Amino acid sequence: MSRRNRPPVALLILALLGLALFAVPLVALLIRTPWGQLPALLRSDIVADALRLSAVASVSATLIAAVVGVPLAWLLARVEFPGRALVRGLVLLPLVLPPVVGGAVLLFALGRRGVVGQALEQATGLVLPFSTWGVIVAVTFVSMPFLVVTVEGALRNLDARFEGAAATLGASRWTVLRRVTFPMIWPSVAAGLVLTWARALGEFGATITFAGNIQGRTQTLPLAVFVALESNRDAAVALSLIMVAVSLTVLVVLRERWWKAL
Amino acid sequence: MSGLDAQMVVRRNGFVLDVALEIEPGRTVALLGPNGSGKSTVVAALAGLLPVDEGSIVLDGAVLDDPTGRVFVPPEDRRIGVVFQDYLLFPHLSVIENVAFGLRSRGVGRSEATDTAAGWLERLGIAELVERRPGDLSGGQAQRVALARALITDPKMLLLDEPLAALDATTRVELRRILADHLAAFAGPRLFITHDPTEAFLLADEIHIIEHGRVTQVGSADDIRLRPRTPYIADLGGSNLFSGDAARGVVDVGGHALHIADTHISGSVLATIHAHAISLHQHRPEGSPRNTWETTVTRVEHFGDRVRVQTGAPLPITAEVTPGAVADLELREGSAVWVSIKATEIGVEAG
Repeated sequence: MSRRNRPPVALLILALLGLALFAVPLVALLIRTPWGQLPALLRSDIVADALRLSAVASVSATLIAAVVGVPLAWLLARVEFPGRALVRGLVLLPLVLPPVVGGAVLLFALGRRGVVGQALEQATGLVLPFSTWGVIVAVTFVSMPFLVVTVEGALRNLDARFEGAAATLGASRWTVLRRVTFPMIWPSVAAGLVLTWARALGEFGATITFAGNIQGRTQTLPLAVFVALESNRDAAVALSLIMVAVSLTVLVVLRERWWKAL
Repeated sequence: MSGLDAQMVVRRNGFVLDVALEIEPGRTVALLGPNGSGKSTVVAALAGLLPVDEGSIVLDGAVLDDPTGRVFVPPEDRRIGVVFQDYLLFPHLSVIENVAFGLRSRGVGRSEATDTAAGWLERLGIAELVERRPGDLSGGQAQRVALARALITDPKMLLLDEPLAALDATTRVELRRILADHLAAFAGPRLFITHDPTEAFLLADEIHIIEHGRVTQVGSADDIRLRPRTPYIADLGGSNLFSGDAARGVVDVGGHALHIADTHISGSVLATIHAHAISLHQHRPEGSPRNTWETTVTRVEHFGDRVRVQTGAPLPITAEVTPGAVADLELREGSAVWVSIKATEIGVEAG
């Protein structure tokens, strides 16, 4: 390296200090991990239940987001209607709202005495709070905005003339969506889905507020970590390790190509 | 009538397009105009991507757009083949999938559509590109793929939006020939949009000039060149265009030798000479101009502060001079005059 290219020392020190904030906890976690007991810990009830529940909730939230979030993104990107800015703000609100507040508003709306929750219980007998369905609603509420934001951005950036060209070739509006619009924004949709899933997996505040913390029914991985910190440190470490491994894998797999789509 | 009969009024953000177009089957019309004149709006209206506010579009006797009759046929049902500016090939599909797209969209099975598409690639001399992605194509290749994609659906009309604008000069000459062949082979009405007068003169049977959303002149290449009706048309029509054979710095135009600056070009060429690059003299001019000949004035036409002077044999050519020069040289029909052109004022390209 020539002298010219050598970075200024002060800058380097600050950068390494910043990096330490992220690296040290990870190293500490690896040191603290009871590797020998890990297989047994991962098979314990509390860990297995949390794993299963987190998988169910995060995958369900991602699927729901795909089914209703992509059309919502399309609506926001392509249809002009009065109050669109307000609707967009509403959709993005969970991104900035403290998740606990998110859980609280869900409770006001969908709780047993909530505006919609009461009617829902009378009509179908379904009670959302303190149920697995409640977990799914809470994590979807918090994670779906990631998909909507990503897909809406991709639709806005897509050159609409391609869709016009497809129409002149005889493609119906549905065919245009299926064969041109969707394939062209697919990298962004995929990135949005992965982000949504990762956020759903890590959701804590809205879940514990709206769905409570019942092992096997509403206790997801982050909730289990929180509980285990008090009662069983080794289990907490094992659970943390799982979450770190999954998150890191997602980030590495996404890599440059998909990040660019954001 | 068969063919295209369109009266289009489109109003958008203060811009008004008001254009009438009639094109018979087998005829090529060029819509020639500067940027912002409304050419792309015409493409959008005809293709059905933008409804007209007033007027009507009738193709082959079928009404495609008529606001008063509440008729609007969507683009997918119009059967108008469009080659877009920048081609708009679908980047996520291979070349053959792009070409087969129109057939697949109309319900043709995959293998039949692929076979037909392969036939079109063959016809356009790009059979080897089958599996390539549009991002890996040169401009000329992309243009041919776009042409194949538009023609494969057997459209009733062909609409080309600046089909040669994205190409470099060498490719443009080759593609212009290919385009001319395929235009000639297409039976329906053909409309192509351009801002390049040479393209319009070479490819079109009839030229419509569009300025500020309105057609300012309709006519043959000669009408446009010799009897321009606006300053814009006078400028773009000011070129004299000759085809001939070049060798060693001389272009042979029907037996008349034009000296040019480029000594390397050879073979069939197009020579362009702008009208205001031609000098007229009462006596044989002194000095360096390589091209000098005596002729007679066949026509003198005034428009504004400029005068177009047409001359006769040996090489009919149109010069543009000031009214003062006309008076000084006593130019009128039948008077003798010397023409001189510097070799460097003659543009030459392979053609």
